[in-house]
Amino acid sequence: MKNRKFYLKNSLLLSLIFIINVNCERELSDEATDATFSKTAEVFIDAPVAMGSDFYFPYGGSKATAWSVDNEESYQGTASMRFDVPNANDSEGNYAGAIFRVDGAGRDLTGYDALTFWAKASQGVTIGEFGFGEDFFPNKYITTITNVSLSTVWTKYIIPIPDASKLLNERGMFRYAAGTQGTNGMGYTFWVDELKFEKLGTILPLNASIMNGANVTRSTFVGVNQNITGVVANFNMPNGVNQSVSISPAFLDFVSSNPAVATVNDAGVVNPIAAGTAIITATFNGQAATGSLTINCTGTYTHSPVPTLNPSNVISIFSDAYTNVPVNYYNGYWQPWQTTLSNDFSVNGDNVLNYTNFNFVGMEFSSPTVNATSMTHIHLDAFIPGPITAGRQLRVKVVDFGADGVFGGGDDTSHSTTFTATTPTAVVSQNWISIEIPFSAMPNLLSRSHFAQIILEGGDNSIIYVDNVYLHN
Amino acid sequence: MNLHKYKVKAVLLASIVTIFISCSSDDKQTVTTKNTLVMQEEFSVDGAPNSALWTYNIGTGNNGWGNNELQYYTDRAENIKVENGMLKITARREQYMGEAFTSARIITKGKYETKYGRVEARIKLPRGKGLWPAFWMLGADIDTNQWPACGEIDIMEYLGHQPTKIFGTLHGPGYSGINSISKQFVLPNDRFDNDFHIFGVEWGENYINFYVDGYLYNQIKPEDVTGDWVFNKPFFIILNMAVGGDYPGAPNSETPFPQEMLVDYVRVYQ
Repeated sequence: MKNRKFYLKNSLLLSLIFIINVNCERELSDEATDATFSKTAEVFIDAPVAMGSDFYFPYGGSKATAWSVDNEESYQGTASMRFDVPNANDSEGNYAGAIFRVDGAGRDLTGYDALTFWAKASQGVTIGEFGFGEDFFPNKYITTITNVSLSTVWTKYIIPIPDASKLLNERGMFRYAAGTQGTNGMGYTFWVDELKFEKLGTILPLNASIMNGANVTRSTFVGVNQNITGVVANFNMPNGVNQSVSISPAFLDFVSSNPAVATVNDAGVVNPIAAGTAIITATFNGQAATGSLTINCTGTYTHSPVPTLNPSNVISIFSDAYTNVPVNYYNGYWQPWQTTLSNDFSVNGDNVLNYTNFNFVGMEFSSPTVNATSMTHIHLDAFIPGPITAGRQLRVKVVDFGADGVFGGGDDTSHSTTFTATTPTAVVSQNWISIEIPFSAMPNLLSRSHFAQIILEGGDNSIIYVDNVYLHN
Repeated sequence: MNLHKYKVKAVLLASIVTIFISCSSDDKQTVTTKNTLVMQEEFSVDGAPNSALWTYNIGTGNNGWGNNELQYYTDRAENIKVENGMLKITARREQYMGEAFTSARIITKGKYETKYGRVEARIKLPRGKGLWPAFWMLGADIDTNQWPACGEIDIMEYLGHQPTKIFGTLHGPGYSGINSISKQFVLPNDRFDNDFHIFGVEWGENYINFYVDGYLYNQIKPEDVTGDWVFNKPFFIILNMAVGGDYPGAPNSETPFPQEMLVDYVRVYQ
């Protein structure tokens, strides 16, 4: 094969000669991919490119009309994408955000290493999120850069593709979320143009982390799945600055130190299968990621007693056996004194309220309040997995909001019932405590026609599981 | 395949932009013509660099080697050694002899000097703000003919926060420091810290050509410099990695340490 040659003859050279050598994009070899999907790079140039007709899907609560094509403004060509971020008090939605999903088959992005675009805004502003890979299901390869600073001058932005070899059929071409937290609730406009995938070759992958780089330990049961979260990959960009990218776990490869205790799948879902300890770690592009998830599996979950009452005799607040009434919340995160957090779980379809760091917690069902006048008892099952001290109490406080149906107003009444190790229903550890309290034993509860809250108190900042919360007769 | 010839005639234009598009990896510019190997340092013996060819610059020089550089140059294996067929110059963040960083610089002064030739090295560069590696030459008469009169040929200078860019530069009397004759080269679709690249000059009487891999990106001739041409005489070779200083600025919190400059070989052709 003859080489194409370029002779520079010294005597003929001038003082100013620029030689720009542009390499054409190298085609992938045939065996690199089962290339049955489009390799189209462009998403928006002067109009959406090969996106189909139905591709814009706003997020819930966002202003659905925030996006438009602007034929007045553009970085290049004749048009750009315009995003009008609404004021925080806009009744049609208090932020702007959406995905751009190909209407039809996905694209093969394996030949690219970045999604790039040019952007500017009507004022200097920080945009919450730009990314791609979100298709609403299964959202397998979401990739996002956060807190992106836009100025009033067109500037190029680069979102690295964490591992393009996985993007054989991707429909999520672009995503964004923009609010007014940084603009005192005042809306603004930003523009995005020349949105396309590119093979830059100038992005250097660095390390990645899981669990936000922390070594996290979780106690769990056989069959109670845990998710790898907080996955971040770092890249050194062409301008020498490091860029953090929030990515879906599926970009990483996971391994369990003890597959007999817990397995982990490609999506970072950890499935405990036997008592013991397993440490889940990850690699990204062959390099160990920082952070880990240690699973302490305590064995098989002890299910709470299955309720046997006829549904017509029950008003259920939380159970899998009955249909629950509308509940505002199972944890009100009442400040400033509450420490209790919620890490609810499900074991083979059995949903459990899991209060961690429990001191007290309130659940509320006030929209509407519950008329419990026909009910005679309140029931709940509680389970304390850790050890308990001799004086450990568990108090169940019930609250009726009174005739006004709302909290306060001078007509609320409540009654608190205390359980200890020596009460007929004893507080124990590692066994379900089935609590039954007749309303007849709650003299301070003057009404139960606007029944609205159940409050659990007496925690020592350990864990308590709660299930089967209902009223019955 | 066609044979394309581009001839540039001096009489035609004062400024010519030639865009050369190649679509296959075997299409290359002819960038070099000197092909008789006269010196090769392949760094094939583990340990300290070959003392028959190299000596060390130790310490901080004057004012951080004239540039307010932040490193202390040592001859320790922690900073410089030959290993696995490579010269490894390692910049470290450590307190040493009153400085916050250590690194290394070796020179062939008095051991190997060349007048003209194709001088090239294959190097993998480091990453991070404040790192300033270089492959360069100084006039062999520097002891009697002070810089910049002795001349300086910077075959490759690189700043760790600009991972796609290098500079080729001449310094001489009347054109040194910020007035030096310099040109940057930006690597298309790649960066200098993730693989080896070849940096070289092809140097003859009254011209020096600068190239990277298969890209010839600059030629400097006597009429291009704003002073006497001081390059028709012997020069010696220098390899070093500075930390901080006026040109790159100081390292920042994102600068990873230690960082290595790997040199696969240094070769001279006539």
